[in-house]
Amino acid sequence: MSWIDIGAIEDIPLRGSRKVKTKEGCIAVFRTAEDTVFATSNVCPHKGGPLNEGIVHGNKVTCPLHNWVFDLETGEAQGADEGRIQTYAARVENGRILIDASVLGRQAA
Amino acid sequence: MKNLVIIGAGMAAGRLVEHVSEAGGWSITLFNAEPRGTYNRIMLSPVLSGEKTYEEIVTHDDAFYEEHGVTCRFGERVISIDRTAKTVTGENGTVPYDKLVIATGSDPFMIPLPGHDLDGVIAYRDLEDTETMMGLGEGHKAVVIGGGLLGLEAAAGMHARGVDVTVVHLMGHLMERQLDEAAGYLLRKELVGRGMKVLCSSNSKEILGENGKVKALMLDNGTELPCDLLVMAVGIRPSVKLAQEAGLATGKGIHVDGQMITSDEDVLAIGECIEFDGALFGLVAPLYDQAKVAAATLAGDEATFVNRETATKLKVTGCDLFSAGDFADGEDREDIVFRDPSRGVYKRLVLQDDKLIGAVMYGDTADGGWFHGLIKDKTDISEMRDTLIFGPAFQGGGALDPMAAVAALPADAEICGCNGICKGRIVEAIEGGATDLGAVQAETKASSSCGTCTGLVEQLLAVTLGDEFELPTAKPVCGCTDLTHEDVRRLIKSSELQSQEAVWQELGWKTRNGCHVCRPAINYYLLADWPVEYQDDPQSRFVNERKHANIQKDGTFSVVPRMWGGITTPDELRAIADAADKYNVPTVKVTGGQRIDLLGVKGEDLPAIWDDLTKAGMVSGHAYAKGLRTVKTCVGTDHCRFGTQDSTGLGILLEKKLWGSWTPHKVKLAVSGCPRNCAEATCKDVGIVCVDSGYEVGVGGAAGMDVKETEPLVKVATEEEAIEWTVAFIQIYRENAKYLDRPYKWIAKVGLDWVQEQLSDDAERARLVAAFELSQSIYQKDPWAERAKEDEARKFAPLADLSLEAAE
Ligand code: SRM
Ligand SMILES: Cc1cc2nc3c(=O)[nH]c(=O)nc-3n(C[C@H](O)[C@H](O)[C@H](O)COP(=O)(O)OP(=O)(O)OC[C@H]3O[C@@H](n4cnc5c(N)ncnc54)[C@H](O)[C@@H]3O)c2cc1C
Ligand code: SF4
Ligand code: FES
Repeated sequence: MSWIDIGAIEDIPLRGSRKVKTKEGCIAVFRTAEDTVFATSNVCPHKGGPLNEGIVHGNKVTCPLHNWVFDLETGEAQGADEGRIQTYAARVENGRILIDASVLGRQAA
Repeated sequence: MKNLVIIGAGMAAGRLVEHVSEAGGWSITLFNAEPRGTYNRIMLSPVLSGEKTYEEIVTHDDAFYEEHGVTCRFGERVISIDRTAKTVTGENGTVPYDKLVIATGSDPFMIPLPGHDLDGVIAYRDLEDTETMMGLGEGHKAVVIGGGLLGLEAAAGMHARGVDVTVVHLMGHLMERQLDEAAGYLLRKELVGRGMKVLCSSNSKEILGENGKVKALMLDNGTELPCDLLVMAVGIRPSVKLAQEAGLATGKGIHVDGQMITSDEDVLAIGECIEFDGALFGLVAPLYDQAKVAAATLAGDEATFVNRETATKLKVTGCDLFSAGDFADGEDREDIVFRDPSRGVYKRLVLQDDKLIGAVMYGDTADGGWFHGLIKDKTDISEMRDTLIFGPAFQGGGALDPMAAVAALPADAEICGCNGICKGRIVEAIEGGATDLGAVQAETKASSSCGTCTGLVEQLLAVTLGDEFELPTAKPVCGCTDLTHEDVRRLIKSSELQSQEAVWQELGWKTRNGCHVCRPAINYYLLADWPVEYQDDPQSRFVNERKHANIQKDGTFSVVPRMWGGITTPDELRAIADAADKYNVPTVKVTGGQRIDLLGVKGEDLPAIWDDLTKAGMVSGHAYAKGLRTVKTCVGTDHCRFGTQDSTGLGILLEKKLWGSWTPHKVKLAVSGCPRNCAEATCKDVGIVCVDSGYEVGVGGAAGMDVKETEPLVKVATEEEAIEWTVAFIQIYRENAKYLDRPYKWIAKVGLDWVQEQLSDDAERARLVAAFELSQSIYQKDPWAERAKEDEARKFAPLADLSLEAAE
């Protein structure tokens, strides 16, 4: 797997998220309270809400538009809602965030 | 015999000499910069606190080395190594070696703050530092920079000697490398409870001195902390200078392989000065393994160093904490959390693939060793998963049913920790006729203090009464807790909970850090009740309040600048028109709140458009906030033939006073100049209707999902009084209402009579006004101006733009 450096871990607030633009649309990159990073599609499968604007709690995010909750590890919608967001490998090395380079060639979500 | 030279007589070297002299065959020379032999450095803390003496912690003294034929050159620093000539030069001369071992340990890192070279600024590494701290004397002041292991041991040790100690820590919680936030919170609470001062999220700016001696530490927020001694314990750096100058391969530490050999086959290195496979070392356990491997290598035997998990304990008497392994959240990882607030216990286990990979414990660390073993051995824990957190004593039993567990408790089991009420007493009360929670509280006091045992008491009611008992229907905040909003608010005040971690821990939250339902509420309660102590957390706010704009269904935003009391000017209108043109705003609309809405602005453009509006003198209208929205006015005496008072002027005064404040829900005001009520004041949260003789202040109106007329709160004669009552009303609402209750809903719960009674008391009214003003001194800031600045503005852009990068 090859990795792309997208920025420093401090660029994302704790329990926060920022988006990354790619040719195929935006990706949301999350940083949890314990400094773990996750990367997912930024588009909510419900009505397209921008997930990087949601509230991050535990390893989950709540969509800002209608409060669907997604597990950042599996991408699955929680509770009664049904849907899934694409997840991408991400990790932190020496304070830098790296995401799986395959996001560049992915199909539009 | 061949010559073995060892540089440094620290903990690793001491162990090495033991192993090497056991095997024999070497003539050993041992250099040490410290003027003494080897002592147990980690026990300096008990020496500092007075629990041990230096003599008790010496491990290898002169006599030991003499017995083993080691030539000691203590108090002599090695200056250079000549690898071609194979010699080592110390301050007093040169010695040849066949094999050389570098064990120089590490150097404390000193932040190069202005004043770091003043007298009285020290690190915490050796006996000299310890003695300096011991010499400080009761009643003196010390500041410790760094809230990690060393800093806290230094602080606690000095505190035990009667020194007035303040710890200044850069990160948000103590020991962040070993502890998660929850455990860090408990540790801080314990230390503060003992009388130490602990400042987290605090950055040092400058060390102030007088006549060459330290006088105070100044923080970057301007606070000065006077001190007679300043201890910097912010980290260590492997001591590599000697090796580097000798041309050995180094990174952060001296590079060694699994046999402890450096890039020169005749030179070995062990201890904190090395780097092995990317890892550095700061605890003794691995160093002892390294000493063993190095001794084998020197003897020509095969041995390989393996870096194993190490566990951390803080050596401060009475602070029980334990951490081991990797406790970061992560993909495929799961948490098991256990909290017992009344005993101050917190345990968190991190699982991955049915194995325990990390553990953090505070308050009760008895099972630490057992968990550490499970981590090291990578034991499959799937069989005992459900009861794992209860430790080894609980393994082998079936699944726990909470009711059965309560039923099984002995009569003397303590249920309510605050009041020391045991199960027997509660059961007795229930059998004696106390058949609901309130009655049990009244009868026994159980669950009437911190309230966290409420669940247990209810289970006891259920177990004792059987079907006769119905669980109360009060609605908890969300799935993360069983407490209601009202309980949480009360407890935040009465238990002085001033941080989110305090709430999660003390109130026994079931999740790590809440969810989208409770976090915004808790954030609001904390900032409303502790405006000075608590720091607002943008990550606990709904997107609109974080972005300071309303999110639209297509992900764009709307921008509404404030127009005080609905008054604007040609210049403002021009600036708005220019901004609308410049940022291609698709819709410009006059709102129902007497101002102008620019709808459809792109997220990335927000800081720029704010910058333009800010330059034209406008501030955020908070059209997105659970806070003051608008104050609508009519034209009043300025123009209207019926106007009785200056309604526009009063509206502007009120808006200027109240803007920027956060409230449980949004708050809207209006001031009408006469009972014709053109500003629709009688359906607002606070509506003022001007009459000839003064001002009628009404509260609790609504015109949204419910339509309600305001109820009269008070009638006053002057503008000043109208403002005073309005402010006092807003503040009592801020202090008491449930998050997301508009005033009319809250008043329906507490009764207008209660509100009137409170506000009629002059002293209470004055207190409310003062409390509001204190809060405003912190929160009345224009969020747009702050975020239009360059480094804040950056955060609105994407983190990275990969759209031009080619696919692999
Ligand atoms: C822009 C505006 C409509 C307009 O074009 O006039 C508006 C727009 C929204 N209103 Fe409103 N309200 C607007 C005046 C009103 C008024 C009239 C007034 O303030 O005099 C009311 C009735 C008065 C009242 O609040 O009691 C009103 C009652 C509501 C309610 C119902 C509140 C309630 O307690 O029942 C909501 C929903 C809520 O807050 O939960 C709401 C929520 C909303 C939201 C924020 C919906 C949302 O969550 O996205 C709309 C945001 C649109 C946007 O993206 O900008 N809006 N809204 C008005 C902005 C006023 C301003 O300058 O700040
Ligand atoms: C206050 C305190 C508390 C600690 N508590 C714990 C704990 O609870 N648990 C734990 O596991 N670890 C703890 N540690 C860390 C532990 O002490 C170290 O990991 C360990 O001492 C490192 O051993 P070392 O031999 O590598 O280095 P050191 O013990 O530092 O020895 C290196 C020696 O080399 C000498 N030296 C350096 N350069 C030269 C030179 N050019 N010439 C001659 N001599 C030189 C130094 O003077 C020093 O005496 C603590 C440390 C401190 C300071
Ligand atoms: S009335 Fe409904 S649709 Fe119209 S602005 Fe208010 S919330 Fe939006
Ligand atoms: S768009 Fe995400 S929940 Fe509706």
